[in-house]
Amino acid sequence: MPHLVTLAAPDLSLDVNLLDYAVLALYFLTVLGIGLAARRAVHTSLDFFLSGRSLPAWITGLAFLSANLGATEILGMAANGAQYGIATVHYYWIGAVPAMVFLGVVMMPFYYRSKVHSVPEFLRRRFNGQTQLLNAITFAVAQILIAGINLYALALVMGALLGWPLMLSIVVSAAIVLAYVVLGGLSSAIYNEVMQFFVILAGLIPVTVLGLIKVGGISGLADKVRRSALGEPGLHAWQGTASGDNPLGAHWIGVVLGLGFVLSFGYWTTNFAEVQRGLSARNTNAARLTPIVAAYPKLMIPAVTVIPGLVALVLFSDLGKPGGHQYNDAIPLLMGELLPNGVLGVAVTGLLASFMAGMAANVSGFNTVFTYDIWKAHVKKDRPDGYYLRLGRWATVGGVIAGVGTALIASGFSNIMEYLQTLFSFFNAPLFATFIIGLFWRRMTPWAGFWGLLSGTVAAFASYILFKAGVLDFGTDLNATFWGAGTAFVVDAIVTVIVTLMTAPKPESELRGLVWGLSDTSIADDSLRGDKAWYRSPVLLGAGALVVGALLYIPFF
Amino acid sequence: MSEDDNTRRRAFRLFDLRRVIGGLFLVYGAILTVVGLLDSDAALRKAEGVRINLWAGLAMLAFGALFVLWERLRPVDPDAVGAEDDPTDSEG
Repeated sequence: MPHLVTLAAPDLSLDVNLLDYAVLALYFLTVLGIGLAARRAVHTSLDFFLSGRSLPAWITGLAFLSANLGATEILGMAANGAQYGIATVHYYWIGAVPAMVFLGVVMMPFYYRSKVHSVPEFLRRRFNGQTQLLNAITFAVAQILIAGINLYALALVMGALLGWPLMLSIVVSAAIVLAYVVLGGLSSAIYNEVMQFFVILAGLIPVTVLGLIKVGGISGLADKVRRSALGEPGLHAWQGTASGDNPLGAHWIGVVLGLGFVLSFGYWTTNFAEVQRGLSARNTNAARLTPIVAAYPKLMIPAVTVIPGLVALVLFSDLGKPGGHQYNDAIPLLMGELLPNGVLGVAVTGLLASFMAGMAANVSGFNTVFTYDIWKAHVKKDRPDGYYLRLGRWATVGGVIAGVGTALIASGFSNIMEYLQTLFSFFNAPLFATFIIGLFWRRMTPWAGFWGLLSGTVAAFASYILFKAGVLDFGTDLNATFWGAGTAFVVDAIVTVIVTLMTAPKPESELRGLVWGLSDTSIADDSLRGDKAWYRSPVLLGAGALVVGALLYIPFF
Repeated sequence: MSEDDNTRRRAFRLFDLRRVIGGLFLVYGAILTVVGLLDSDAALRKAEGVRINLWAGLAMLAFGALFVLWERLRPVDPDAVGAEDDPTDSEG
């Protein structure tokens, strides 16, 4: 889920030298090189938008993980670690992994085998063109706004860490993203995501290791956290959740249903920027494995986000205090404190690359949905493939320019951007309701899809606006997110049922392959040699991820 | 057509992600290893006395080598991917 990052502290600047800049430059030369190489492989619109459906599961899996593991996510989770302690692991072990496994085991076959290019296109097949258009427009607008927010956050980080002026950072970063997405389409976006994943790990692991050494290892860290503002509760994930007396201020029912079900399933199973990674896989099995392959590293990520957060909490006494550093500064502060030139360059590169990968994911989601679901489906049908390939490239240019515009607006009205970012964190809840009902209830009608989605989306907006206007009191923003998501989900479900009872359903023949229990026998089996092996079984690997997630909780109960 | 196919194959091979990641990490690893060997006392003190550049450099060298080796041992077969383009290319 997207997280808010604002870095504004004046004294975060890192002591970077020529060596660090060389590391940084090397990375971006490689990225542009990939874009150029990818251009030679891109011949059709399918190549551009879905990597020609050719990638193996390990690449799409890591890309799936990295599309989410942007810098905002890393900095935000370290911030949560410093603020809420160990309970932050909920965002990973219950707030992500179960939904990722569900996507791979249950939903991905419907997405992939129906040969759709996008989530909105699936909605057209299952419901109607109006539902597709509604979802396509809200998605496209959201992606542009998020791309702009990413760009602005990146510019703030470059300003705080490297001392670059805001405008220069925005223009340079946008130009790099533009270059590699226009050249290589989704392939180069995905390649960069996977590279970025390894580079940011290469930066975060030294931060974590040195941080732990500095505070006296795991036991030293635990001791110091007990004596910090968080105290003993900062070391537990579930303790105190029966009463709400814990750092998150949440009840376990809220954690399980709110975070673990509505928010997490809404985000992971219907967010097209994520699902697109699975759609670019080479066959159904690889598509199903995509989120499941991603689940295993996802389980381990807290080690390099939550632990540094806690280390920062005990090392920097002004963290999170009024007038002091913000929680979001946790990782940059540690980088400045612990990393010598060289490895510092790697960490900075990872951070910047990860912001750009986040923006590239938004832009490549946008250009696909704009081209296929708005233009091709509703404006100009039946043009030759080359037309849509060119259109996709132009949509990318337009998307990046609009993103720069949004970033500039964000720099003027940062509050609005914060609200939007919170809003988008539960934006997908109604879409998930529409999907899950449509998938399991074949009677659900096309118009129920449209009105359910529309009313759910409006409900999400309304609840959040009423909260911000002070009409509804949910306490914290976090809690408002949970209630907003819940409201949107329930409103969508109720409207869906009512409209279904009043309108005519689609004939079963049109629903084959799109609804649970109505398989489409005309779809050929696309399995490859070796797909039967246990280590390529989505169900087995998915169950494994769930078990590991549960076991990981034991030492942190 | 066949020339086009050849370019496509070369492109596949050239930008096999394992090569790119492996290559980048080998270069990074080499740089950091050298820097780590030459690190000043100030750099060492900053990193809690750990030669972190050296260790990170060696780890990245090993990681990069692993990826390059993987690509060498199991190169991509362009025929096995994109089976959609060629329905006769079915595997059991």
